[in-house]
Amino acid sequence: MAIANTLQAADMNQVRMNRRLIYSVVGVFVLAVISVFLGVYSFSIRDLVRGDADVHASMVLLVSRIPRTVAIVLIGASTSITGMMMQMLARNRFVSPTTAGTVESASLGILIITLFAPGAPIGIKIIVASLTALLGTGIFLAILRSIPLRSPLVVPLIGIMLGGVVSSVTSFFAYRYDLLQSLSTWTNGDFSRVLRGRYEMLWLSGALALVAYFAADRFTVAGMGEAFTTNLGLNYRRVMVLGLTIVSIVTAVNVVTVGAIPFLGLIVPNVVSAMLGDNVRRTAPWIAVTGAGFLLMCDIAGRAIRYPYEIPIGTVVGVVGGIIFLFLLLRSSSRVG
Amino acid sequence: MLGNVASPTTGVEAPALKFGPKVRLLVLFLLAAGAVTLFMTIGSNGNWDFIIPFRGRKIVSMVAVGFAIAASTILFQTITDNRILTPSIMGFDALYMLIQTVIVFSVGTVQLVQINARMLFLFEVLAMSAFAGALYWMLFIQSDRSLHLVVFVGIIFGVLFRSLTSLLQRMIDPTEFAVLQDIGFASFNTVNRELLALASAVIFVVLLVIWRMNRVLDALLLGRELSVNIGVEYRRDVMIVLTMVTILVSVSTALVGPITFFGLLVAHLAYQTIGSSYHRYTIPAAALYSVILLVGGQMILERVFNFNSSLSIMIDFAGGLLFIMLLLREGRKR
Repeated sequence: MAIANTLQAADMNQVRMNRRLIYSVVGVFVLAVISVFLGVYSFSIRDLVRGDADVHASMVLLVSRIPRTVAIVLIGASTSITGMMMQMLARNRFVSPTTAGTVESASLGILIITLFAPGAPIGIKIIVASLTALLGTGIFLAILRSIPLRSPLVVPLIGIMLGGVVSSVTSFFAYRYDLLQSLSTWTNGDFSRVLRGRYEMLWLSGALALVAYFAADRFTVAGMGEAFTTNLGLNYRRVMVLGLTIVSIVTAVNVVTVGAIPFLGLIVPNVVSAMLGDNVRRTAPWIAVTGAGFLLMCDIAGRAIRYPYEIPIGTVVGVVGGIIFLFLLLRSSSRVG
Repeated sequence: MLGNVASPTTGVEAPALKFGPKVRLLVLFLLAAGAVTLFMTIGSNGNWDFIIPFRGRKIVSMVAVGFAIAASTILFQTITDNRILTPSIMGFDALYMLIQTVIVFSVGTVQLVQINARMLFLFEVLAMSAFAGALYWMLFIQSDRSLHLVVFVGIIFGVLFRSLTSLLQRMIDPTEFAVLQDIGFASFNTVNRELLALASAVIFVVLLVIWRMNRVLDALLLGRELSVNIGVEYRRDVMIVLTMVTILVSVSTALVGPITFFGLLVAHLAYQTIGSSYHRYTIPAAALYSVILLVGGQMILERVFNFNSSLSIMIDFAGGLLFIMLLLREGRKR
């Protein structure tokens, strides 16, 4: 009887959670609509609905506004999900693509392809950037594996410094070949470059984030260590390689199309897990939705503050995310110290 | 060079030495003097009227900045009782850039030009000291937080300051931004002559104060409890040292812009080779190392790479590797 009651309560809980998730998705949708209609060229919604908007309006909408909003949603969701994956694989709350050298390694890859084959199609760029990102993240995990660690905070510190070393190599060559300016477009995320025909690769990020969601349990298990994973009948090596590959490709795609966005993969999973716990199967949709919503809000803010100009998203997220992250860190310092 | 890092250096005792710290300092001094002489004379073609002021200004700024960074790093590591943190890793110079930007943002360049540059400089240094002092007092001295948390928080503060700076810079007129960029991204080749004299004077005075405090500093190295026990006025002295550190950092950042890992590099070179933990040896040694590295590096930059590279990029590379090694060693030790 008691068990039935508990199960019923859990069911009720699940129903309530699902309802809340639906509300959040609606909220993100509203933000997306705001994002589509924000800009110098203003639309009349009635004209759009009636279908007699002029050619110009529908072109702005289809070529610039909608791709941009879709790109924000895809990047917000996929970056947050990859952050969550890395946190599981490294079993550390502070690991994310920006604190493990992944983003910096991807930038190095882009620099290499720009130097040796400037005219290469975007697909080749992404492959090269994914490979270097994979290599960099692999080195990071190898360093972690080789030493016993006392404090969980050492892990992101090593990652940040590794990223610094990699990016100093990148800037060395960028400086020598006059590519510093191009470099800054990869290192500081900016959605103003997103147009139809230049963002479609991001659907790949979205698809991979979905794969990550379905394989979430495996990554949780792999995070427990090699012996434990093998004991449960999973191929540890295969799961790790799958996870790292997904993380690297998503990071590479996102960096190539809009540039790096700090903190995103770090704070979203942490905020969600502080509220909903660590059952990733359950929290993954929340992480995706929160990531998309957060990024949409930052983008709207970045475009509204200095209207009609815009502030790059990397900068806005750097400020907002930095404050949120400091708050999380200092509040929970007794827990993680 | 990096291979030496593995040997333990904490504590005042020195390993059995063939040469004492004084001899070692002398060797460093000769090397530094050699580097300076070479820098002044290489490829000179006897054109002294031009070379002495032109290269001399570079040398003076390198020596001043080198001394400032070396001393501020060692002092900072002494009062925070660790050998990993440096002021710039903790975001001090990012904070300086932020203050600069806030001033330009709120005053505007038109008024800025009318204000006496020296007055402005002094005001900035004061504002910076107040802010940084409050912030880092809160982080370090007031509470017993773990070292790693403090480093991590410092790095995040650095990212936050840099993002805020670029946010404000986006909101400033392009013309005003150009003025700001001149202030922010100077190098040893474009040091402001007026500020150089003032900055050197400030650095000299601060170094003099530090020199007089070197016994207290040695005592502070023992940690809070022991130093209080042997009669150090802990709070007051730490606050004085922290103020000196902020002044040194703001002055050197104002002169040449941020060089993140340089302090870490020279401080560790000094700890490793001088064979003593007394500040009267470590600070001069680190300062001499900075002169050798800066002057030598600049020379290599100019002669070998034809200016086709940046000294700070190379320093970031070497310093980042050193920092990772220090973190790993720290992780193994405990």
